[in-house]
Amino acid sequence: MTKKSKVIEKEEVVIRFSGDSGDGMQLTGTLFSDTAALYGNDIATFPDYPAEIRAPQGTVGGVSGFQVHLGRSEVNNPGDFADVLVAMNPAAIKANARWIKPGGTVIYDKDNFTEKNIEKAGYLKDPIAEEKLDSYNIIAAPVSSMVREALKDLGLDPKTVLRTKNMFALGMVFWLFDRKLKYTEQFFDKKFVKRPEVAQANKIALRAGYYYAETIEALTPVIRINPAPIASGKYRNICGNVATAWGLIAAAEKAGLKLFIGSYPITPATGILEELAARKELGVISFQAEDEIAGICSALGASFAGNLAVTSTSGPGLALKSEAIGLAVMAELPIVIIDVQRGGPSTGLPTKTEQTDLMQALYGRNGESPVVVIAASTPADCFSYAFHAAKIAVEHMTPVVLLTDSYLANGSEPWRIPEMKDLPTITPPYAGTDELPFLPYKRDREKLSRKWAVPGTQGLEHRIGGLEKTIKGTVSYIPENHELMVKLREDKVARVVNDIPDITVFGPETNDLLVVGWGGSYGYLITAVRELIAEGYNVSFINFNYINPLPANTRETFASFKKILVCELNTGQFTNYLRMKHQEFRYEQINKVQGLPFTVQEIKEKCIKILEEN
Amino acid sequence: MEPIQINQPTPKDFKSDQEVRWCPGCGDHAVLNAVQKALSELGIPREKFAFISGIGCSSRFPYYMNTYGFHGIHGRASAIASGVKIANPDLSVWQITGDGDALAIGGNHFIHVVRRNVDINIILFNNEIYGLTKGQYSPTSEKGIVTKTSPYGTIEEPFSVGELVVGAKGRFFARTLDSNVALSTQIYIEAARHKGTSVVEVLQNCVIFNDGIHEGVAGKEVRDDRTIILRHGEPMVFGKDGDKGLILDGLKLRVVKLGENGYNKNNILVHDVTEPNPGIHYMLANMRYPEYPVALGVIRSVPGPTYDEDVHNQIEDIRKTSKVKCVDDLLNSGSVWTVD
Repeated sequence: MTKKSKVIEKEEVVIRFSGDSGDGMQLTGTLFSDTAALYGNDIATFPDYPAEIRAPQGTVGGVSGFQVHLGRSEVNNPGDFADVLVAMNPAAIKANARWIKPGGTVIYDKDNFTEKNIEKAGYLKDPIAEEKLDSYNIIAAPVSSMVREALKDLGLDPKTVLRTKNMFALGMVFWLFDRKLKYTEQFFDKKFVKRPEVAQANKIALRAGYYYAETIEALTPVIRINPAPIASGKYRNICGNVATAWGLIAAAEKAGLKLFIGSYPITPATGILEELAARKELGVISFQAEDEIAGICSALGASFAGNLAVTSTSGPGLALKSEAIGLAVMAELPIVIIDVQRGGPSTGLPTKTEQTDLMQALYGRNGESPVVVIAASTPADCFSYAFHAAKIAVEHMTPVVLLTDSYLANGSEPWRIPEMKDLPTITPPYAGTDELPFLPYKRDREKLSRKWAVPGTQGLEHRIGGLEKTIKGTVSYIPENHELMVKLREDKVARVVNDIPDITVFGPETNDLLVVGWGGSYGYLITAVRELIAEGYNVSFINFNYINPLPANTRETFASFKKILVCELNTGQFTNYLRMKHQEFRYEQINKVQGLPFTVQEIKEKCIKILEEN
Repeated sequence: MEPIQINQPTPKDFKSDQEVRWCPGCGDHAVLNAVQKALSELGIPREKFAFISGIGCSSRFPYYMNTYGFHGIHGRASAIASGVKIANPDLSVWQITGDGDALAIGGNHFIHVVRRNVDINIILFNNEIYGLTKGQYSPTSEKGIVTKTSPYGTIEEPFSVGELVVGAKGRFFARTLDSNVALSTQIYIEAARHKGTSVVEVLQNCVIFNDGIHEGVAGKEVRDDRTIILRHGEPMVFGKDGDKGLILDGLKLRVVKLGENGYNKNNILVHDVTEPNPGIHYMLANMRYPEYPVALGVIRSVPGPTYDEDVHNQIEDIRKTSKVKCVDDLLNSGSVWTVD
């Protein structure tokens, strides 16, 4: 390839690929981020797609986007605003104009800016002018006609030819950021091994885009983002749903248990079921049930029978599973319930992200029904929190709800691959046959958990169920027994605190302002706080992963700060939970319920405002 | 480890220490006895049995069995039992359910467990009423029945259990009477031995809220003439004097009198439980008095692949050829790079 004369180095860049949901933007973004990760950049990605598989072509509702943030230092979020927007049609401009950095670059497919498409997107005549983007670096490339020309000798049908438009655009972006095409070309060879002509077409389109950008000197100078100085080791890219699935498989292996997932497809959690269904080589039993309820009930049956039981869902499914979670609480069987949160209530915004299921996870059941609630904070650490959710469920004989969200589930980042030998052990509390008769609700003194007697074991035959019972498992309506059992179940969950880590503070441990987050908004919050600290503000940050129980040092940590600001993507669920648990503190709030993550900018502005108030 | 013993339990061994709390005279007592008798004849050790139930009078059943047992939530026993069996195929899994539990709130799970052919045995206590909630109509209550929630009579058609089982691609369906312990015991043994979902409908009497509901066909005085006990390979004969039989007349079953119009044991229908085509089984399961006798016994028992076996076969097949043998292999598979 030709040498590039003018190259400048930059710290970081954010690129957003955007087009019709049929334009292949998710693949384009993934290929770009994989290439960046292989090169050694730190990355974070954020797919943003509509709920409709193919919404009407050319409409704003049908726009599918994929944002990638890459840098030469730590990248914790996919970025607020894009340096480069690739827009395959006018609707993509409409949907994304507000997310382009002032003076940024817009690459668009000129051939697709027809009068009809412009009108469909809600513009009069000229989307660029109407969005006041004239002063930006605008690259109007005739993508459709270029691929038609480049592929004219291959004898492919026009539909297949036009499907390579996204690769032409990707080629252009590769040139702008001084990237190699090798990884993407290998990807085509593998993906289209049985259709070499399609692989060839995509490769030609990719190169055509690359050379086109070079020829028109689309962006001079070319921007280079050098590799990030990251810890040595083996890495891979991973998204939250796959990381969750793998964390569960790892836990099963560590515990010496078979993994059973009983589940039902639901956006955005389906990826977990799909991944586990594909992992038969590791003995995973996947059961796609007839509904959400059967998903968890089959898993509970498997738990009773001695498997590591899991069910995955999103908010509406969690609602359907609530009675069965209550059964797990009552029967004291281990199960991990994963809720990949999305916009609600009801069907809500199925493909968008929110943190609005916290109260449902904590309290959404009849009766006094405590469960452990854990939340993952990055796509990759879904692995670790899924692993620990399973460890706690098994070792404490309790249901555990693991909260992730749409943003974590679909977002991806490079992940330093752990070794199984370094992960903690998991010890199922099996009942022995040395102490007969077996009493199903006899408890461990320390944990208050009961023993697990696996059907098939001679001498341990017993009955459990959803009715209140005595230590023997005998049905009991005795008032004092019920109250005792309620308290024991509550205390059992509270004692999980002994097995979870203390919360750690990012920044000074005593300070003017403590920014508090939980779960998936971590990436934006830590970036905002890091920047604020660099700018000289007295701000620290903690992010909660263990919600119930809260870490043991929560109170003493809070006590070292003048102000506490809780940031979450709901109207204040965690804030109110903290108000209940630790009433002595005053909590300020930042809340956002738009189906979108925070922006670093909005967090910073609010923090500065609070610091300036007295 | 304890030494391995030859474990041949007796019916008594299956009785748990819990007091049986069904109403005196309830049909459930007889079912419990018949099941305990059947289990003792299967040659399966006690610890290999798991009884799973939902909610309702019959669903208390697991508490009275000295086996593994799980009393679940309303309607979900089919799903729980599926999980138990798939997770641990060595167990003999029994689902205890009723007409409300299985066919109303649990209807979805019921048809799907039957469709998948998970190797569990379902005993469906059909008393055509909600007993535990004190007398409301159920999905099997006859149209027009007056109950607490239908003071002017119901206006909906009931389900027929056999029809539903056949419609859901069921491979085993049998029907028995709570009071006929000998027949029931035999049927439970056959249900247990059938690989795949076995559904046994028990015409069960609720002595409090629907007393005598099956008496019209099952009463001592009339049952020989109003029921037929089907046996595989035998001609379909019934009646106090054994003088009635079933023939296929065009597209319909018809009752004929033996010794009249040339009908005798040699030209009436012979029962074949293994016939894959469900047509005749469907008709037999749907026979209603007074046009027909009500069919008892095993009506359909067609062997076929079971879900639980196929799950594990698929896993074994893929394990043989995959290079990924453990989680470390998985984590390092695909696109991986090293940072020095």
